[in-house]
Amino acid sequence: MSTTGRTPTPTEGGTLAAAPVPGTEKDSLGSRLTWALRDCWTIVEQELTHLARQPSTFAWQLGMPVVMVLMFVYVFGSAMDVTGQGAGEGYVDYAMPGMFAMTMAFGFMNTAFAVTLNKEKGFMDRYRSMPMAPSAVVTGRGVSDIIQAAVDLATIAGIALIVGWRAGGSLVETLAAFGLLLWLRLALIFVGIYLGLLIKNSEVAGSLFAVAFPLGFISSVFAPPEMMPGWLGAVAAWNPISSTANAIRELFATPGAGLGEPSYWIDGQALLGAVVWPALIMAIFVPLAVRQFQNLSR
Amino acid sequence: MNPSELTVRTRGLTKRYGAKLALDGVDLSVPRGTVHGLLGPNGAGKTTTVRILATLTRSDAGEASVAGYDVRTQPRQVRSSIGLVGQQTAIDDKLSARQNLTTFGRLFRLDRASARRRADELLEIFGLQESSGRSPKTFSGGMRRRLDLAASMILAPAVLFLDEPTTGLDPAGRREVWQAVRELAAQGTTVLMTTHYLDEADQLCDRISVIDHGRNFIEDTPAGLKRRIGDERLEVAVADPDALSGVADLVAGVTGLEVTVDREAGRTSVAVPDGVAALTAVASRIQAEQIEISDIGLRRPTLDEAFLHLTSEATR
Ligand SMILES: Nc1ncnc2c1ncn2[C@@H]1O[C@H](COP(=O)(O)OP(=O)(O)OP(=O)(O)O)[C@@H](O)[C@H]1O
Ligand SMILES: [Mg+2]
Repeated sequence: MSTTGRTPTPTEGGTLAAAPVPGTEKDSLGSRLTWALRDCWTIVEQELTHLARQPSTFAWQLGMPVVMVLMFVYVFGSAMDVTGQGAGEGYVDYAMPGMFAMTMAFGFMNTAFAVTLNKEKGFMDRYRSMPMAPSAVVTGRGVSDIIQAAVDLATIAGIALIVGWRAGGSLVETLAAFGLLLWLRLALIFVGIYLGLLIKNSEVAGSLFAVAFPLGFISSVFAPPEMMPGWLGAVAAWNPISSTANAIRELFATPGAGLGEPSYWIDGQALLGAVVWPALIMAIFVPLAVRQFQNLSR
Repeated sequence: MNPSELTVRTRGLTKRYGAKLALDGVDLSVPRGTVHGLLGPNGAGKTTTVRILATLTRSDAGEASVAGYDVRTQPRQVRSSIGLVGQQTAIDDKLSARQNLTTFGRLFRLDRASARRRADELLEIFGLQESSGRSPKTFSGGMRRRLDLAASMILAPAVLFLDEPTTGLDPAGRREVWQAVRELAAQGTTVLMTTHYLDEADQLCDRISVIDHGRNFIEDTPAGLKRRIGDERLEVAVADPDALSGVADLVAGVTGLEVTVDREAGRTSVAVPDGVAALTAVASRIQAEQIEISDIGLRRPTLDEAFLHLTSEATR
């Protein structure tokens, strides 16, 4: 008997002990790729099973945007005049796209937290000691986060419809708007993965909020940058979240959006920004995340 | 021994973290089908050694092979031959015990039916079938660790790495895990395990490597190691400090050995070759002379004392 053979256990089926793990040894690139995709899907299934077994976690994650919708629409909304037609006028239509964009933007914290927790709980080590595709740990996270983001969007859209929001554009425009939102979320998944791998423990990941909050709010999410003091308005206008928020306002044909002279060049290029910003973010953070992942074995 | 009979073999394994030399030349030879212990204090380099062997961390220098494969150049083959139970329990509390095992089975690239079949077999082997539908969150520490073990056994690996498998468990939990490890070893799995506890190494291991400051300086059987660590100590404590020297004289008289006196603790202590005989003799003499004592007992050297002793022996 060779030292490389697996030790069969008495209860084990004969085929199991003898079969080498497929897709690992001298297999072709194609077969390794196929197995990597299957491993990715196994991780996605695992994540989706979490949701199915514990819908309450999902509800908690959505609690924040729901509270924000209600607060901004009913508490602050009545005092805001964003359309120039009087306080409260058209604010739901203005704020809802902002809400969508911010939910996507804040999603990077969920990703980062989940990655850090995986690392902390020893899952990352177990996965990496297994003959599965190492990339699946990360790609599986990404795919399940996108699925979750789509569910989040659908839920918030439901709430939005209840409080009186309507998408004014065509069906194609509406779908394009949701596509841009998921595009932003996708880019931020890599930011989340990078940060999650960088961060030491989940307590630190919890405090990402302190960074995310100003990043989310200094934008056109809840108020037009034109209404802010000069430098702050410029920062807000150039915030990638603003581009996505403004672009989907156009696609939803939000009343008052895109009217009047934009004060900042980027304001006039919302659609372009909404496509380019996430691509730029990925160009930076995909390599960073890959390097950080490889650094795990240092 | 023929090197090809060694399931785990390292030569001069070295690992540096910044300025810290975590491993400073670890040499291990673990024959197939044996249980090998890595015994050492905190920060000795046990986890680092296991992580390198499990392909999680790259070494800076030295060689390491597992099941005949080089950990640096053939990590994928190594991963197909090992199971790892890390220092933390890596099981998913949001899935049921059974779902944990089927998910890991799928990631070991079994098809759905085989993954389910293997999960059921393992639940039975590790005595978890009655709790298979529950979340591991509701499990005792011992049950969680057994599920963790089961997850690392999905492919019946040639080598199983266990990093402190019983840390944090109560005595019942430790016994459960010990029993599981014994059964796996009996079926021929080679086990490399780390531990802080001499008694655990004694219970499970065929051979023990004592490791400290990134170097393994002694390798021996549990019995040989205990011999080296030295004899049991007979300790007698008194409540009245004035009685201490009288007791020390008595113990010295009965045993004929050199007695150390700790005045602050009010205790005398003596290393005795035959603990039970010395205890009986001293106790009956104390009773006969009607001396008042607060405590009497036999004590093994603590691991700290043992390490001091072994380190000084190794450097002598
Ligand atoms: N990722 C790391 N970065 C920096 N230093 C590290 C890292 N991992 C381990 N070390 C250091 O290397 C040394 C050996 O650590 P290791 O975890 O191998 O010890 P150990 O024997 O497993 O200890 P314990 O009994 O506490 O688990 C320690 O001094 C530790 O601080
Ligand atoms: Mg350790």
